[in-house]
Amino acid sequence: MKKLSLIAFMAVLSLSAFAQGYKVGDKATDFKLKNVDGKTVSLADYKSAKGFIVVFTCNHCPYAKAYESRIMELSKAYAAKEYPVIAINPNDPTAYPEDSFDNMKKRSSEKKYTFPYLLDESQAIAKAYGATKTPHVFVLQKTANGNVVEYIGAIDNDTEGVNANKVKYVEDAVNALLLNKKPETTTTKAVGCGIKWKSI
Amino acid sequence: MKNLLIIVMLLFCSFTGFSQQVKPIKFEQLRQIITSNNDTTYVINFWATWCAPCVKELPNFIQLQKEYKTDKLKVILISMDFRSKLESSVEPFVKKKNIPLEVYLLDEQDQGSVIDKIDTSWSGVLPGTLVLNNKQEYRKFYERDFTYSELKETYLSSKK
Repeated sequence: MKKLSLIAFMAVLSLSAFAQGYKVGDKATDFKLKNVDGKTVSLADYKSAKGFIVVFTCNHCPYAKAYESRIMELSKAYAAKEYPVIAINPNDPTAYPEDSFDNMKKRSSEKKYTFPYLLDESQAIAKAYGATKTPHVFVLQKTANGNVVEYIGAIDNDTEGVNANKVKYVEDAVNALLLNKKPETTTTKAVGCGIKWKSI
Repeated sequence: MKNLLIIVMLLFCSFTGFSQQVKPIKFEQLRQIITSNNDTTYVINFWATWCAPCVKELPNFIQLQKEYKTDKLKVILISMDFRSKLESSVEPFVKKKNIPLEVYLLDEQDQGSVIDKIDTSWSGVLPGTLVLNNKQEYRKFYERDFTYSELKETYLSSKK
């Protein structure tokens, strides 16, 4: 048993040595990414924002599809509260043609996205944030010191959307931040589609 | 505990008679498998029918069980597909691919809550594979896909 926990500990250690990306409390980098309307979008463009709901998502992933309408609802509910949704597709479209920029444009206009849907072509932003899958959410709070990560993880605990009593992690986190409180749950895990990284 | 083990074993036996069937499994039942104190090496692959790299590597898990059929090795597939897809997607898939392994579907609405219980190093990305032998106090989780030679190497390294 001791050996087991040692192994587990070392596994965690070696993982943290490799794992890049943000933890709660870290300052998140801004970016300049191409939106489906052809313009570039940065967090700094949102002068009056109090924070952001940054969602790494994509077209092809069934889990991203399962959450799509909930991402759209988040945007509708929180844009006016100055927590806009910023969706970013980090996938390599050569691996998943469905995730190409043209298909992103198509998807966002068909579904009438009310939020930017950005292409992380170099995958640098996904790597900086430590996104590993889609969908993968980072809730940021704008402070005098920059955009601070306050929540990382899933949108809720019911991917399939069958549980009326689901815990809405992202809503809870943003609601807490809007009341100048810290979110109760700051990190969660969820099954998702691994981001397809470009081979270097 | 012993009773539990017997139940699990019986469950296994009944399965070999009904290959191609995909049984929903609660985490608690899975926990009994991954904590069973016997000298069997379990290679437990977490996959989904929609996950392209998962589907691609499935034949390697079949091959591993086949090549080491005289070893105390048990290869188990755990589908992370939605429960509602069991009859419509997962069972037809397993039938079509003629998969001669034990296949379960993790029947938990809140799959996220069991990720850490399966392994804390797992982010939830598929495919993921757990290799363990509790008697040997061996346990490793791999959040990656495998070629056959990589998988074989991974299994053999558990025996060193």
